[in-house]
Amino acid sequence: MLETLTTFLFGRLSLESFPYHEPILVATFFAVMLGGIALVAALSYFKLWGYLWKEWFTTVDHKRIGIMYMILGLIMLLRGFADAIMMRAQQAIAFNGSEGYLNAHHYDQVFTAHGVIMIFFVAMPLVTGLMNYVVPLQIGARDVSFPFLNNFSFWMTVGGAVLIMASLFVGEFARTGWLAYPPLSGLEASPDVGVDYYIWALQVAGVGTTLSGINLICTIVKMRAPGMTMMKMPVFTWTSLCTNVLIVASFPVLTAVLVLLSLDRYVGTHFFTSDMGGNPMMYVNLIWIWGHPEVYILILPCFGIFSEVTSTFCGKKLFGYTSMVYATVVITILSYLVWLHHFFTMGSGASVNSFFGITTMIISIPTGAKIFNWLFTMYRGRIRFELPMMWTIAFMLTFVIGGMTGVLLAVPPADFVLHNSLFLIAHFHNVIIGGVLFGLFAGIYYWWPKAFGFRLDPFWGKVSFWFWVIGFYVAFMPLYVLGLMGVTRRLRVFEDPSLQIWFQIAAVGAVLIAIGIGAFLVQIAVSVLKRNQYVDVTGDPWDGRTLEWATSSPPPGYNFAFTPVIHDNDAWWDMKKRGYARPLEGYRPIHMPANTGTGVILAGISTALGFALVWHIWWLAALSFIGLLVVAISHTFNYNRDFHIPVEEVVATENERTRLLAGQV
Amino acid sequence: MSRYRAIALLPVMAALSGCNLVVLNPAGDVASQQGDLVVISTLLMLLIIVPVMALTVLFAWRYRQSNNTARYEPDWDHSTQLELVIWAAPLLIIICLGAITWVTTHKLDPYRPLDRIAADKPLPAGVKPLDVQVVALDWKWLFVYPEYGIASVNEMAAPVDRPIRFSLTASTVMNSFYVPALAGMIYAMPGMETKLHAVINEPGTYKGFSSNYSGAGFSHMRFAFLGLSDQDFDGWVSKVKTAGGSLDRNAYIALEKPSEAVPVQHFGTVDPKLFNAVVNLCVRPGTMCMSDMAAIDRAGGLNAGGMAAANGILRANTLAGFPDTQPTGLCTVAEAVEAAANSGAVQRPTVTPISASASQAGPQRLANP
Repeated sequence: MLETLTTFLFGRLSLESFPYHEPILVATFFAVMLGGIALVAALSYFKLWGYLWKEWFTTVDHKRIGIMYMILGLIMLLRGFADAIMMRAQQAIAFNGSEGYLNAHHYDQVFTAHGVIMIFFVAMPLVTGLMNYVVPLQIGARDVSFPFLNNFSFWMTVGGAVLIMASLFVGEFARTGWLAYPPLSGLEASPDVGVDYYIWALQVAGVGTTLSGINLICTIVKMRAPGMTMMKMPVFTWTSLCTNVLIVASFPVLTAVLVLLSLDRYVGTHFFTSDMGGNPMMYVNLIWIWGHPEVYILILPCFGIFSEVTSTFCGKKLFGYTSMVYATVVITILSYLVWLHHFFTMGSGASVNSFFGITTMIISIPTGAKIFNWLFTMYRGRIRFELPMMWTIAFMLTFVIGGMTGVLLAVPPADFVLHNSLFLIAHFHNVIIGGVLFGLFAGIYYWWPKAFGFRLDPFWGKVSFWFWVIGFYVAFMPLYVLGLMGVTRRLRVFEDPSLQIWFQIAAVGAVLIAIGIGAFLVQIAVSVLKRNQYVDVTGDPWDGRTLEWATSSPPPGYNFAFTPVIHDNDAWWDMKKRGYARPLEGYRPIHMPANTGTGVILAGISTALGFALVWHIWWLAALSFIGLLVVAISHTFNYNRDFHIPVEEVVATENERTRLLAGQV
Repeated sequence: MSRYRAIALLPVMAALSGCNLVVLNPAGDVASQQGDLVVISTLLMLLIIVPVMALTVLFAWRYRQSNNTARYEPDWDHSTQLELVIWAAPLLIIICLGAITWVTTHKLDPYRPLDRIAADKPLPAGVKPLDVQVVALDWKWLFVYPEYGIASVNEMAAPVDRPIRFSLTASTVMNSFYVPALAGMIYAMPGMETKLHAVINEPGTYKGFSSNYSGAGFSHMRFAFLGLSDQDFDGWVSKVKTAGGSLDRNAYIALEKPSEAVPVQHFGTVDPKLFNAVVNLCVRPGTMCMSDMAAIDRAGGLNAGGMAAANGILRANTLAGFPDTQPTGLCTVAEAVEAAANSGAVQRPTVTPISASASQAGPQRLANP
């Protein structure tokens, strides 16, 4: 009787679900709890809850949502990196009969979580955050097309992250590798809750990603300032457009394949089992039809960042704007025609493998053209080696190596000896760290003054830069060597003692990167403390070229008091050249969207729904599903959706900017 | 080839002296061609990568802000000639690499029987490849030698310079079969059969392992690959034969249970239809083979014609002494026969049951048989 009741109330959840016997997790739990309690106490003490709720959580301002995405990405970076350090430590010591310090149950969760978190909850939020912040400013818009949807998308991403984090202390995470191939992720091989956490975290976050993609496409297509034709859009906006097209076209595939996997796990269908007519290879195909475009989703916006940064810091128009745009579009299309290169070794025929190998190589042509375009932007420029430019140069030197090993892996017979090896691991970290992450850092340093009105401390920035870049090489070059020594990925213990030295070098590299991350955090703290010293009142600290630099830093809620008219793809550079004078009168009230808490509530209920489904708490699942419908429908009756910023407020804001600008001269 | 290798590896080798880059220096002809391809492709790409990296450093230095002597052309943003070069140069490299890819992918297709033993050794006429059936179990490797009627766990041997024809499958989850010294990897997947052709050219003991993560015991899923002279190989075969032990279906079912870091085991006799039953997921008595189910479906599924076919298959199997292909879940033999009779269908066994004749399982690609 009691058992029936507890099963009804808590589903599969019991005291045994809490990993109190894992000392590492218990210690982490207490650290997180202490930190959390301190944070909550501080927020309460300074009475910040109301401010946070009104000004941030419920905001529909694309800039604040962008900043919240960045904070989410950075917090999750710490979690994902903790996993990386644990793996590196395990692999560095598990030799000569030593089992290391992680058992298989723990280690296999760690590498799965590392991959899932780094892609879905670090790279994606950081990329989305930058696009959210920058794109409307670059196209002269006041917000995105669907401001409420933007808020909702963000909180759904948070919901997914919360589920992943919950799996750390309640139950366990998947032990399948980051793509959860069946049959390993099927009910028979993984009966526990790990894969369910994986499924529902990605489904909840995936809703956010897809909606945010739709939102940004609409914004870019419909809300550009007058005069900004498609071929006058800044390159970052172009790459964002292509990325969001990729998101909207590929994330539904992920959603569908995860639905099929959950049907296999929850209702006993046989889409991906090996018997009863199911076929696990179908999952592998589908997940990579999403997965390959996904890597371009991450890298394209970073290509955009590098384009903006290069032309700004070289003081020069971007070389080959048109070919840059076409290269981006070609990459977007080709990224759908290459997915099979992730499993050449599963026995497709030679002609199929050759086709996908060659399409993959073809992508390197537009990518190569992009590299050349940046190179010739530098040619006959005046290069200022500020931090964003340093990251760009580091990117150009690092990324070509990763690109080269990537093309090498696209040659099927070469892939047969390198697939799943540490060479592959080195390759994709080479492009994801050397491309995406370096790009994100370039973007963060570049746009930070826009978002906060002061620059980041260059000293700590350089410390972080050098530790990151050198750390990257020390951590990943040994993996190329290990791959050529025939060492495969995801191993927990090793037999051959001659491999150990390479893993120890890689572990040192990970420590260097850890110092780089630490220096970055110190840099933010130092810059906040010294913000008066680094203050920028012009709104244009880098002598920028695109529209976001035309407004103040941080921009007012409405971005632009007057919608600018565009004549050139370097719109702000063009305005400056033509002696643009900021209009000082004729302001009008500005129509803006109103904040709403519905996004937070819907995402909270979705997270509860995900949790209930993970643990088979059916009453909670039903209740939260009904709750979702009720809240969503009642939100349609919320007519309090917009307001006008009164003209007095616009005048006051703009006069303040006039005063600051005058003080500057 | 070795010249290329030497040039490419000179600087690297200096740093790596003492560590064994088995992927570039393997002992089998297939792996050796694949390793050469790694080197050739890399060299081809370095033709463009090295100039790009050099130009990056050069331009970054030359056009630094403090260098007032360098030319500054802030509005120069287009040059048709340069555009042609920057699109054409990678294109040319990719055309070369694409051609190499097309040719080598076909030549080194793991499904393609070998046409040489080594670069300087053509395939002798009439040589019969050594058949090895590989089953990836949780978490160990089973090797069945149908020619010799023996099997071994976590140890495999092959005579030097004799082509090997692998047929691979797995019991529960995906694994990948990889002996870096021998040849590139190929996945071993449940319910599917993959193929690999390879040859070992130098005697020795080489490492083999799973190169696709398959669960808790994955790290210990290793085996020794023994490249032996003909004489030693015969010795190994007779050693296994005399070791006794019989791998029938019950022994397989016991072996199949998950276990880690399993020591080498030998079986002197093997059920000759075992591998086929593993591929078709019907080792366990009472389970219907996938191939039979597919045959029934092909003949019309559960309608009259299909039932008649099922009736034929099941009778054939029963008569042939393989009662273990009785379907469960769908129907029993009795029900099937009855259903077929009731439907009034003429009993015409249009399909030869695969379980009854192993020769039906021809070379199959990745799809379900």
